[in-house]
Amino acid sequence: MKQSIFKGLLKENPIFVLALGLCPALAVSTTVNNALGMSAATFVVLLGSNIVISLLRRQIPDDIHIPAYIVVIASFVTLVDMSMQAWLPALSESLGIFIPLIVVNCIILGRAEAFASGNTVGASIIDAVAMGFGFAVGLTSIALVREVLGAGTITIVPETAVFTIPGLSEAPALVFAFPAGALIVVGFLQAFYRWLGEVTSK
Amino acid sequence: MTYIGIILTYVFVSNLVLSQFLGLCPFIGVSKNTESAVGMGFAVTFVMSLATLITWALQHFVLVPLNIVFLQTVVFILVIASLVQLVEMVVRKYSPPLYQALGIYLPLITTNCGVLGIALISVNASYGPMESFLAGLSAGIGFLLALLMMSGIRERLDTEKVPRHLKGAPIAFISGGLMALAFMAFDKALLTNLIGG
Repeated sequence: MKQSIFKGLLKENPIFVLALGLCPALAVSTTVNNALGMSAATFVVLLGSNIVISLLRRQIPDDIHIPAYIVVIASFVTLVDMSMQAWLPALSESLGIFIPLIVVNCIILGRAEAFASGNTVGASIIDAVAMGFGFAVGLTSIALVREVLGAGTITIVPETAVFTIPGLSEAPALVFAFPAGALIVVGFLQAFYRWLGEVTSK
Repeated sequence: MTYIGIILTYVFVSNLVLSQFLGLCPFIGVSKNTESAVGMGFAVTFVMSLATLITWALQHFVLVPLNIVFLQTVVFILVIASLVQLVEMVVRKYSPPLYQALGIYLPLITTNCGVLGIALISVNASYGPMESFLAGLSAGIGFLLALLMMSGIRERLDTEKVPRHLKGAPIAFISGGLMALAFMAFDKALLTNLIGG
């Protein structure tokens, strides 16, 4: 258990090491709040699809396993999308098209293919937790860097829990809020993770 | 929006990769050399133009009349997956070298969020059939453009001295970021000046 969490967090971090699920990671990482919402949504879908796929792994014929997985994943995404629109309309609005796009987040199909299709339900749940946690940490760290540098704030919950960083919030480096900044931040964070991986494995 | 406006928007102003963050995985994965970048770019362009047209038809003739719009995500992704399968079979039959070069990335077009992304964007913008098709086509061309430029940069990077930890994907991201910075020059204001609102 501990080992697989560590694996998801560092050695096989989905965002920085496996380079999976990059599109949502970059697009919604403008504020910490968005990043947390996206991580939660992705985690629910990942957990649900990992459980269902590992339960059905003997029933799904090999030839059509990809379409079958996609249907399972898309159903969970639809569930999450609809619940979010009902209960968290503001978050759903700011994540926009990236909620339905969880379907094509390569982490989910990747884990279904690489792990859930050949392992027991228990192991798949642990894998989903580890990967979801790694994704959340990666996404939130990108968002933290981008929001602090690009807006000078840290938004945990909009309007009620917003930390303002004096000095930066008056004159933020706006470029970090734009796509260009996101790509640059990911590049450097990836290099940082590589270095971290080397240091910790010694 | 006028047709020319749509083309300019999706090729430059809202370039899929450089300003909407869609299709980043192949952008980093297949941009190591120009040849496969071009192949991938054309494959994606083809799938995108067809996919936006077909999803438009599905949305207006099936989902809305039957009142099952909530199945949108499921239906769209299945259509795209079958389209990709079709393209894969065609490429394998008619161009084995291209098939060899694209290798594992062809099936991956299914999970290229650009394809589903542009289909959803055109449906949300309530485009007509011609506009949807053009949006898909120009989004694909924008993707091809970004991928092609990126592969050029990366071929040059191969011969440069890059710090050890930045080698490969990280430096590709940083160069992509600098490219996106240049694309920030193409904005809505420029578009308005060019084609007049």
